[in-house]
Amino acid sequence: MELRINRETYSVQSEGDTPLLWVIRDELGLTGTKYGCGIAQCGACSVLVDGVVTRSCVTPVDSVEGSEITTIEAIEADETGRRVVEAWVAHQVPQCGYCQSGQVMAATALLRESPNPSEEEIAAVMVNLCRCGTYNAIKAAMADLADGGERG
Amino acid sequence: MGDLSNRTLTRPELSGGPVNLSRRGFLLASSGAAAGSLVLGLGLPGSRARAQEAMAPGTRVPAFLEIRPDGTVRLLSPFVEGGQGVFTAMAQIVGEELDADPATFVVENAPPGADYQVMEGMPGFRITGGSLSVRTSYAAMRRLGALARAMLMTAAAAQLGAPVSELSTEPGRVVHAASGRSLGYGELAPAALDLPVPDPESVTLRDPAEFRWIRQPVKRLDVYEKSTGKAVFAIDAQVEGMLHAAVQHAPRLGMTIGTIRNEDELRAMKGVHSVHHLPGAVAVVAERWWDAKRAAEAAQVDWREPEGAPEPNLRHMPADFSTDAFGDALERAPGDGEEAEAKGDAPKVLGEAETVVGATYRAPFVNHAQLEPPATLARFNPDGTLDLWVPNQAPDMFQADAAKQAGIEPARVRVHSPLLGGFFGRHFLYPSSNPYPQAIALAKAVGRPVKVIWSREEEFLRDRLRPMAVTRFRGTLDADGLPLALEAVSACEGPSEAISGRDKDGKLDPMATEGLTGKAYAIPNVRVAQIYVQNPTMLGYWRSVGHSMNDFLYESFFDEMADQGGQDPYELRLRLLAGNERLTNLLKAVGDLSGGWRRGPFTAEDGSRRARGVAMASPFGSEAASIAEVSIEEGEVRVHDLWQAIDPGSIVNPAIIEAQVNSAVALGLSQVLLEEARYEKGQPVARNFDMYPILPPDRMPRVHVRVVESGAPMGGIGEPGLPSVPPAVANAVSHLTGQRARRMPLSRLSFES
Ligand code: FES
Ligand code: FES
Repeated sequence: MELRINRETYSVQSEGDTPLLWVIRDELGLTGTKYGCGIAQCGACSVLVDGVVTRSCVTPVDSVEGSEITTIEAIEADETGRRVVEAWVAHQVPQCGYCQSGQVMAATALLRESPNPSEEEIAAVMVNLCRCGTYNAIKAAMADLADGGERG
Repeated sequence: MGDLSNRTLTRPELSGGPVNLSRRGFLLASSGAAAGSLVLGLGLPGSRARAQEAMAPGTRVPAFLEIRPDGTVRLLSPFVEGGQGVFTAMAQIVGEELDADPATFVVENAPPGADYQVMEGMPGFRITGGSLSVRTSYAAMRRLGALARAMLMTAAAAQLGAPVSELSTEPGRVVHAASGRSLGYGELAPAALDLPVPDPESVTLRDPAEFRWIRQPVKRLDVYEKSTGKAVFAIDAQVEGMLHAAVQHAPRLGMTIGTIRNEDELRAMKGVHSVHHLPGAVAVVAERWWDAKRAAEAAQVDWREPEGAPEPNLRHMPADFSTDAFGDALERAPGDGEEAEAKGDAPKVLGEAETVVGATYRAPFVNHAQLEPPATLARFNPDGTLDLWVPNQAPDMFQADAAKQAGIEPARVRVHSPLLGGFFGRHFLYPSSNPYPQAIALAKAVGRPVKVIWSREEEFLRDRLRPMAVTRFRGTLDADGLPLALEAVSACEGPSEAISGRDKDGKLDPMATEGLTGKAYAIPNVRVAQIYVQNPTMLGYWRSVGHSMNDFLYESFFDEMADQGGQDPYELRLRLLAGNERLTNLLKAVGDLSGGWRRGPFTAEDGSRRARGVAMASPFGSEAASIAEVSIEEGEVRVHDLWQAIDPGSIVNPAIIEAQVNSAVALGLSQVLLEEARYEKGQPVARNFDMYPILPPDRMPRVHVRVVESGAPMGGIGEPGLPSVPPAVANAVSHLTGQRARRMPLSRLSFES
């Protein structure tokens, strides 16, 4: 099966029902995407599938054949992703950092869809868990990004 | 370094070196045979390394610092980074005295070894925990920076032909003002770090009034990497030729494998390399983890009941164990307990009192639930040494135990300590609860490197729990309604006595009652006691340890007494702290921060009925006071704002402190609102986050922090923000609802909106 990940084509051997997460991490060695729960509870494994934020731990790899997948490794190649990373650094968001790949992916998906989201939109999308409690820093970074979108 | 001097670490072939730790591989390859040069590419001659073997921990500069030609500084930290910001703090402290901008630092965790056992008052010991890192190493790490600076100046003196007395430094450079010449640290390092380390007493430290980086909100060094997926955790470790392993643990600790009914089928499953019988676990090794996990889960195992007495430090989980029933048993535990703290004569005063206020409180077991599931990579090398990539808060202890498991000398085990994806006490040495013994056994069995990852479900099955406690309080008031006597008798087991066994001389585990003990309020008669009840569960340390629950228990009952005496809980605290300047200031600070104390209930702008609660705690050498504002929404507690004043004595980085308080508040709220590790029939009810909810973003309140620097001896920061949060919330909820919340989590209670 062929997969399009970060604008490159990979041919993968894993069974079709293998979760995308493990294909990305083990077969392709892209370990920026994290495993936290495996049951769509935490969001650590978030990637973009055709621009839509997707929990890769419950996404069978054969269901995304032909889709354009983006992982955290390519985040700075995306203009919105680059801005998100900048805001994350400016607000010093991460603590342990383990959830942050997923948080950045979720933020990027939202801002690409809606450049100046309302507080409600942000709250509806930014639902990934963070055991270190970086939620307020994420909120502050998102508020900046939402404003920036307005100005730009 | 005596015990490490016969260590052979030169390995010319590192082709199988870890992909993402290649720089360390390079450094190892290029280092000499001497232990002292183990982390350095800067040829420290073997003879000198031996000559300096007897150096005090924290003084062998080249063991800690490498200054590269471009002037960047690589620092090996005695403490591991898991989100608490300690790498940045270490760079600030060392950089301040070295005169190098912390932004030029690259920090990694140091390997095991006596050089890194720098914790003041704890010789031979090294952990990251107890909120001890900065406060116990502050002096040593400053001195280390100053020693390195002195070496750079000596080298510069030789190169510039000028006496040291005419030299000074500016960040990253040695300057000879008279001639206008200067040399960068990167240019000087090869010569400088070859010099003998000067006498530690010979260096003078910078006047704190002139600090440039200490006490400043210096940016964290790891934030960019953590925002771009580049940060590497144990679960991400990769080496050439590596296999993956997954396990299915016995449903109860102590059970062993009888037979695996479908073992042949498992072996035939796609990608499976081999199936292994480990103590209390079936392990499947495969080319990829998902294949290993699928097969491990499919294993049909006849588990055998435990036989005989458990090994030391291991507890067999009874088939009928239930946490609810255990809580009831703790509640009925007979006796007055063993005294942990006493003042005046509380039993007598209570015995003679006309009215006694009594209440029983409960704190549940809780899980760590750090977001990174445990993983360990083990690789045996052709020379018989072992490399271990293992999440840990104590490299030397892991080295010693891994050596035992592998049957080799400790000096032949290299411990790599990657960034931790959260820890909160999860990564201490808990052999039955960590995957490294399995990784070692499997790597040995298959003759290839093996990385074991525990699925979230296996993690919940083997995680160590924060102890449960049932605490009986009695109190009585004087004629003015002020507390005259207070007794707290807690039925529980402390984490330390659970892990290391009870003290033979009958000394109690202070962690069992900390937070019931050590309260500063002027109550004339106090008795705190513990009824020791051994748990069938494996216990561990959890962020804030005993304080994580005991301050909830005490501070909530304190409010009950205040109510009984018709006293406002904030005013009563102030009154009972009269003369204690530090705590009075702190309580006033949090009152101020919240816009002035108001207990409510009141109606907020959005029409909701709200109330506020206050609580204090004195954990880990720091002081904290919190105020919480709550309402009830659809039967659920909503925390709107949380104000906290925290006094760690003196500080290193105010931005990190604020982030740590936010983090501690989140965990404290998660605990008081949601968390409880329940067992039924000997098994955890929750095996993942669906059944063990942790604080989600929409329940995070606004957090307002004020850092108070009283100038008292430096206290901790990672944990002290937590303990006052649960009781502040519970006190607010109790006042708002008129219903006393005597147990965590509050989700177990029902409220009317
Ligand atoms: S790992 Fe996919 S949601 Fe948690
Ligand atoms: S930063 Fe640690 S889990 Fe979010």
